[in-house]
Amino acid sequence: METTKNYFFSDMSVLLGRSMRHIFRSMDTIITVTITPIAMMLLFVYVFGGAIQTGTDNYVNYLLPGILLITIASGIAYTAYRLFMDMQSGIFERFHSMPIARSAPLWGHVLTSLVSNAISVVVIILVALLMGFRSSAGVLSWLAVAGILALFTLALTWIAVIAGLSATSVDGVGAFSYPIIFLPFISSAFVPTESMPSVVRAFAENQPVTFIVDAIRSLLAGQPVGNDIWIALAWCFGIMLVAYVFAMRVYKKRA
Amino acid sequence: MLNNSIQVQGLQKSYKQLHVLNGVDFEVEKGSIFALLGSNGAGKTTIVKILTTLLKQDSGTAAVNGFDVAAKPDDVRQSISLTGQFAAVDEILTGRENLIMIARLRHLENPHQDADDLLNRCSLTDAADRAVATYSGGVRRRLDIAMSLIGKPKVIFLDEPTNGLDPEARIEVWKTVKELAANGTTVLLTTQYLDEAEQLADRIAILHEGKIIANGTLSDLKKLFPPAKVEYIEKQPSLEDIFLAIIGKKEEK
Repeated sequence: METTKNYFFSDMSVLLGRSMRHIFRSMDTIITVTITPIAMMLLFVYVFGGAIQTGTDNYVNYLLPGILLITIASGIAYTAYRLFMDMQSGIFERFHSMPIARSAPLWGHVLTSLVSNAISVVVIILVALLMGFRSSAGVLSWLAVAGILALFTLALTWIAVIAGLSATSVDGVGAFSYPIIFLPFISSAFVPTESMPSVVRAFAENQPVTFIVDAIRSLLAGQPVGNDIWIALAWCFGIMLVAYVFAMRVYKKRA
Repeated sequence: MLNNSIQVQGLQKSYKQLHVLNGVDFEVEKGSIFALLGSNGAGKTTIVKILTTLLKQDSGTAAVNGFDVAAKPDDVRQSISLTGQFAAVDEILTGRENLIMIARLRHLENPHQDADDLLNRCSLTDAADRAVATYSGGVRRRLDIAMSLIGKPKVIFLDEPTNGLDPEARIEVWKTVKELAANGTTVLLTTQYLDEAEQLADRIAILHEGKIIANGTLSDLKKLFPPAKVEYIEKQPSLEDIFLAIIGKKEEK
């Protein structure tokens, strides 16, 4: 008799295909996860950018890491939404009564989150290239950037899983993502923290987004990253582990 | 044992203080249709959830297709499929895509072929390539049941399969269920409609306050009541008869 473990990855890819179809058939998702960040990038570069003093002559280079984080943060809101809809519709019950691993439907959503966010990140980077983004980073630095972004996505995805599994209404399910989308604004993502009043500056310089943004910015500029990258990775790992443990607990209880 | 697809003994389940099942016993013969009849809150869905491995019982034993549900859930899932109370279909995918997805998850050789076969069999070919969100309630339910038939599971659970359907769609679902049993599939269905149990089931068990209070064939159950009196009354057509006659799809008897 076949065991469910042998099929774990093929089951997950079937479920990945399913939710990727959801994404490509939903205009709303595509607009929110790619067009909104692009619009924001245009706005900051061509409207506000002239007035912002960053000490660099290429504001697109300065801005891009923050925009990428905002893209991911708005992308994971849809992970929570899709999970919530599955819980509501009873399709999870069908999956759970089938000979597939109990956690496969959940991992399908997590994988979808990774893949779909990777696609939007690539789209945003291509648009940034058109707007004048240039990088002297080598292959290893790009890999490091990809790694940090993937880890950031996973950390936020597990938070989204908690929200998607425990939300009671479709209006509430995305609410958790607003503070996350807002965090880059109070960080070094758009303006140097030196320009902020002391209390705000203290927050901005010690919150995870600043470390992640600084690490990615240095990597893309081909400059030494120093400790930023380790602190950024520690934040991502920490958030991911805590969120994962809670998410799994909720999954066992609710689904 | 070998002739029984489902065997339930002394099943108990409570949610906190609420005793939902208070020692349920029944058996379902292979290839038969068994109806669990009961009002809302009688515990029908709880029984289905335990038998489909979605829920663990507090005590008692249950076996499906010879496998204990608590000890061998993987084997049980291999043998069954569930059509739950809420149509468990993917709204954004088309009917065909839904069927292919389930066929893939059941690791069948020819997912496309299996999907085509079931689309034909459940008269879904016209709707096959439309998104499920555009389906009417009856068509959606038919797809839901078609998804449960993929991979020819030995035991099928239908939890209130005709809840919320119009009379026409109800008769369609009944037809499908009857065909299933004719092909040797065991069907356990729950319902709160007496006529549904009467129409479909080989055996009927009445579940009341977490206990089976009667279990037998329709004629067994009829014997529990005083013998019928012979009276002459004019047989008026029911509104359902009229409705079906007008729309011209009355079930052929």
